[in-house]
Amino acid sequence: MKKILFMTLLALLLVSTGSCTKKESDGVTISFWHLDTADEFKATWQKKADAFMKLNPHVKIEITILENEAFKQKIATMMQSGNPPDLFRSWGGGVMNMYAESGLLRDITKDLKKDGFIDTIAEGPLGVYSYKGKVYGMPYTMGAVGLWYNKKMFKDNGIEPFQTWDDLIAGCKKLKAAGITPIALGGNDKWPGHFWWVYLAVRTGGKDAFDKAYGRSGSFSDQPFVEAGRLLKQLVEIEPFQKGFLGATYTDQSTLVANGKAAMELMGQWAPSVQAQNTDDKKGLGDDLGFMPFPAVSGGAGKITDAMGGGDGFAVGKNAPDETIEFLKFLMSGDNYKDLMNSPISILPTVKGAEKYITDPQEKAVAEMTAKAEYYQLYYDQYLPPAVGEVVKDATQGLFAGTKTPEEAAAMIEKAMQEEN
Amino acid sequence: MKNKPTKTGYFSKGFFSKNSLTAFCFLIVPLAVYTIFVIYPILQAVWFSMFKWNGLGPMNNFIGVDNFFKIFSDPVFRIAIGNNFKIVFLSLFFQLPLALFIALIIARKFRGAVVYRAIFFLPYILSEVIAGVLWSFIYNPQYGIQNTALTDIIPFLADFPFLSSPSTVFYSIFFVMIWKYFGLHMVLYIAGLQNIPQEIEEAARLDGVNWWQMNRYIILPLLKPTIYLSVFFSIVGSFQTFDIVWAMGKGEPVHAAETMVTYMYKFGFQRFQLGYGSAVAIVIFIITLGVGMFYQKITASKDI
Repeated sequence: MKKILFMTLLALLLVSTGSCTKKESDGVTISFWHLDTADEFKATWQKKADAFMKLNPHVKIEITILENEAFKQKIATMMQSGNPPDLFRSWGGGVMNMYAESGLLRDITKDLKKDGFIDTIAEGPLGVYSYKGKVYGMPYTMGAVGLWYNKKMFKDNGIEPFQTWDDLIAGCKKLKAAGITPIALGGNDKWPGHFWWVYLAVRTGGKDAFDKAYGRSGSFSDQPFVEAGRLLKQLVEIEPFQKGFLGATYTDQSTLVANGKAAMELMGQWAPSVQAQNTDDKKGLGDDLGFMPFPAVSGGAGKITDAMGGGDGFAVGKNAPDETIEFLKFLMSGDNYKDLMNSPISILPTVKGAEKYITDPQEKAVAEMTAKAEYYQLYYDQYLPPAVGEVVKDATQGLFAGTKTPEEAAAMIEKAMQEEN
Repeated sequence: MKNKPTKTGYFSKGFFSKNSLTAFCFLIVPLAVYTIFVIYPILQAVWFSMFKWNGLGPMNNFIGVDNFFKIFSDPVFRIAIGNNFKIVFLSLFFQLPLALFIALIIARKFRGAVVYRAIFFLPYILSEVIAGVLWSFIYNPQYGIQNTALTDIIPFLADFPFLSSPSTVFYSIFFVMIWKYFGLHMVLYIAGLQNIPQEIEEAARLDGVNWWQMNRYIILPLLKPTIYLSVFFSIVGSFQTFDIVWAMGKGEPVHAAETMVTYMYKFGFQRFQLGYGSAVAIVIFIITLGVGMFYQKITASKDI
């Protein structure tokens, strides 16, 4: 009796494990991870996924949504377990290159070349999602970081958009005297703060200094990088940030500007849409929101037209089925892409010829700045290897907190870069 | 069963006796689980710790003990380990005495004693992350309680930076730790106090001891086993601190509130240095084990 029971159990066990490993032949599932947690953003992606599933009934798209910081943590763990999602949000650059190097991404060059699709995407942005001549993903927006400011506050205090760093310092002093918080900063998140230092380095050293330091014929402790820290220190010393900015997040930063509690923030092309999401009426500052390029630094090698920024896009995981690429193409073409551009997600087109669909004057300004930049620098924290990118963020936070001197900050980054090579 | 095993039976009859075989059969499952989930990962971490490895590709960059040198030369790790020991000492000198003091008061039977116990124990039931997020709201400089209530009651706190200054962030978080964990220790002490026979207290009272003598010479010595246990919990918990710190600003600004575990997570996982992260894990393991064993030794010699 016992034996029979045992045999039945064993048989059951075998059957159940067998059915688990049996591959489903009648359908394909695409795991799709993004980090747009705002309701309307979520709905946009869901709508597009639904439309694709309707056209391809055998495909099932499973969407996972995580908040920005949580996303970065989770994706790192997924990668270390060797099991990347099929399609996931990526900023390209150094982090993506590392995944590609380790064979965790799918080379989609051939799939894109097959029908000439690759030619419809702008080369510059696509380059950010390529590594050693192979394409691993696609950007859907590519823009630049600049100063988003409250036009009314500037006008009320007789401040013109800044041309030089000295203008910015003077403007901040004026705003402060008027009892207005000049700059909102999410200092705890580190990356919003690192924009300030990187932009200053772009202005002081230009393309040349960075290329040398990155190519190792120069160094990150060279004069332009120290100078960037010195200028930043000059700004920090007049205390232009909101109370407790070192403990604040990017959401805090955006909320302050959106609700007229601070005059400006240094942020990328997505700033207006995030600001809008952080106000009660979902409208943000509306017409009062202005955009200006990061001011020039006197004596610096970089021009005011040089831009620092990056894009948002999707990378394709190593186990992704062919349908993933079809879905990517579906998103990036024709009316679907136009829909994305018209959605609350702010998109500066990476599809050639789509510029004409930009209606918002600010978005136009950013798009023009991005297109015209002679030197376009991807954010350091994405461009550099992750370990170095993190040190850049640590070093700049030290400058904001006053615990690091400009020299120490530059030396820290240089040391990390040396260890990486 | 005719031959009931005596206390020493398993060993005195040799390894292959019937009884020890039975014991071995019972042990095999937990032993296997322990080996797979505890011993093996530790050994694996030791192996990983000798490589410079990003966790993704093959491990081919053997660097021996370099990772360990790097750990101890990193000022951030020194902050982290310092914070852990600060948590240990501050817990022992503030949190536990507070818990003991309150336990001595509310262990007595009086109206509402149970309500107080529940109130003090409540924070312990919350998850660390919820407590951390909750207190982040309270500490928020723009819309937190400090801007609304405290300014009027305690003017000094109006500009207190709480989580946004490297010099205050650690203590702001530690305050939340006290709030969250002292209830656990209090309940432990109350349980210990209730085990002390009434007769002893009565006898002492007849002998005319005062409150201080009663607690110092009678209650405290009898409470020793409980205190040893609570101190042990406190020490081990202090070394494992992660969630609360992570929920309240990830150990920032400028790593001022970093603990060893947040350090391991940041420098191991986030920076894709799994080899280095493993080395940090080994260091944490050795420190915790060392302190634990040392503690066991000094308390065991004082016969509990």
